Amino acid sequence: MNLETKIETKDLNFYYGNKQALKNINIVCPANRVTAIIGPSGCGKSTFIRTLNRMNDVILNAKIEGEVILDEENIYSPEVDVVKIRRRVGMVFQKPNPFPKSIFNNIAYGLRINGMRNKRNIEEIVEKSLKEAALWDEVNERLRENAFTLSGGQQQRLCIARSLAVEPEVILFDEPCSSIDPIATAKIEDLIQKLKESYTVVIVTHNMQQAARASDFTAFLMLGELIEYGETEKIFTNPKNKLTEDYITGRFG
Amino acid sequence: MKRKIIEFLGFLGLRVCVYIVLAVILLFLYDIGSKGGGAISWEFLSQAPRKGMTEGGIFPAIMGTFLVTVVTAILAVPMGMFAAIYLNEYAKQTRLTRIIRLAIRNLSGVPSIVYGLFGVILFVNILKFGTSILSAGLTLGLLTLPWTITASEEALKTVPNSYREGALALGATKWQSIRTNVLPYALPGMFTGTVLGLARAAGETAPIMFTGVAFYLPFLPKSLSDQFMALPYHLYVMATQHHAISQVRPLAYGTALVLIVLILLMNMVVFILRFKLRRVKKE
Repeated sequence: MNLETKIETKDLNFYYGNKQALKNINIVCPANRVTAIIGPSGCGKSTFIRTLNRMNDVILNAKIEGEVILDEENIYSPEVDVVKIRRRVGMVFQKPNPFPKSIFNNIAYGLRINGMRNKRNIEEIVEKSLKEAALWDEVNERLRENAFTLSGGQQQRLCIARSLAVEPEVILFDEPCSSIDPIATAKIEDLIQKLKESYTVVIVTHNMQQAARASDFTAFLMLGELIEYGETEKIFTNPKNKLTEDYITGRFG
Repeated sequence: MKRKIIEFLGFLGLRVCVYIVLAVILLFLYDIGSKGGGAISWEFLSQAPRKGMTEGGIFPAIMGTFLVTVVTAILAVPMGMFAAIYLNEYAKQTRLTRIIRLAIRNLSGVPSIVYGLFGVILFVNILKFGTSILSAGLTLGLLTLPWTITASEEALKTVPNSYREGALALGATKWQSIRTNVLPYALPGMFTGTVLGLARAAGETAPIMFTGVAFYLPFLPKSLSDQFMALPYHLYVMATQHHAISQVRPLAYGTALVLIVLILLMNMVVFILRFKLRRVKKE
């Protein structure tokens, strides 16, 4: 199977002050596939995924070494415009974070800040994004209501729709289901399967079943180190590393 | 049983404290209202003082206080808000910014007479603005700044970080995320703090005493470089400096009442503005 590489890290090190949070991480995320990052709490999963769209830039005293290559371009090289990177690499956060605006304006927000003014275009994209995020049928009659009136699972799908609206190439999910119920989780997992047809997906999860169900590739991190990386099926049926085996069989974590 | 008694006594203590505070405020308002209410008339509000300030009204003082507060606001509102935005959103949280923040907090505790003396030196003497509305307004502006900065920063802190990150992740620039996804939610709080600071400045006597306020002027100021009358100073004069004590006492109470009502009005305006802003942002 020949897969095109979408995003890849090379000898990635990350420090919070003196504390090293990521150690020499080399991971390849193929285009139109779902790559899952698993590992116990504090292993650096979230830190890792936030390096992929430079969300860690805003953290004080943080330092990064190595490269993150998006389509053959290092997103950390000085001439790169971080704003453009974040537009190409969208992110859905752990806790649903709708803005305190109407459902419609939550999605229109990203379009407007990127300079879109045409009302009809905005309406079309809002509808398209909500349909893509499997939320349209539930909200099409209440687009002007405040987004906080939605349930947690709906809020998270709204956040997904919001990132889809600006047409990213990669979507990062940082434990997207950790604060929502199992039924809403199932909906989001289905959604992720559909999304990989058009996008490259990277998902951080502490839920191993979720990684097994929803991903094509899995990386297992522990204490900031990449222990094992490979096709999800192989990792879960025939792990090479003893630590991986112990973790996925639930001996610790 | 013992825990219940402790709880009962605790709540009782808290409640008594609230009642005492309320009683003091009510007594204070009643005192001023009953003694000053009689002095209030259309003439009192619209005329200049006459006959050595024993008759007539306080119109020049009302106008003076209004004008000087406008100057104060022009300096303190934008500068305070911008400084707060910079400190909270842009500045790296280093030792230097911590010292700056501490200095700002400390400035809000400096006695107002010190600001008055500083204003004389800087605005009246060095910058040669003379004793004028401009000098007094700027002095009051400096006095208000620490309050507006601190209040605005607190308001910015209440906006969840997820709004900032959410906007950044959609490809917003830092300024876009602040302007469209932080400021709208912080503004009501910023306004409140700012106007409370202005209300405090409007009631100050010491900082304007040397920088521009006049004992008595039969006319209104015509430009920013004129002297002016102001309510708090007028009140101070009537209460402590006037020879005909019994004659001017009701006028002094009337002045105090007008000053309190004006500040109350300012706070009401904020209250309404807050309410309106809060409704707008929900759409």
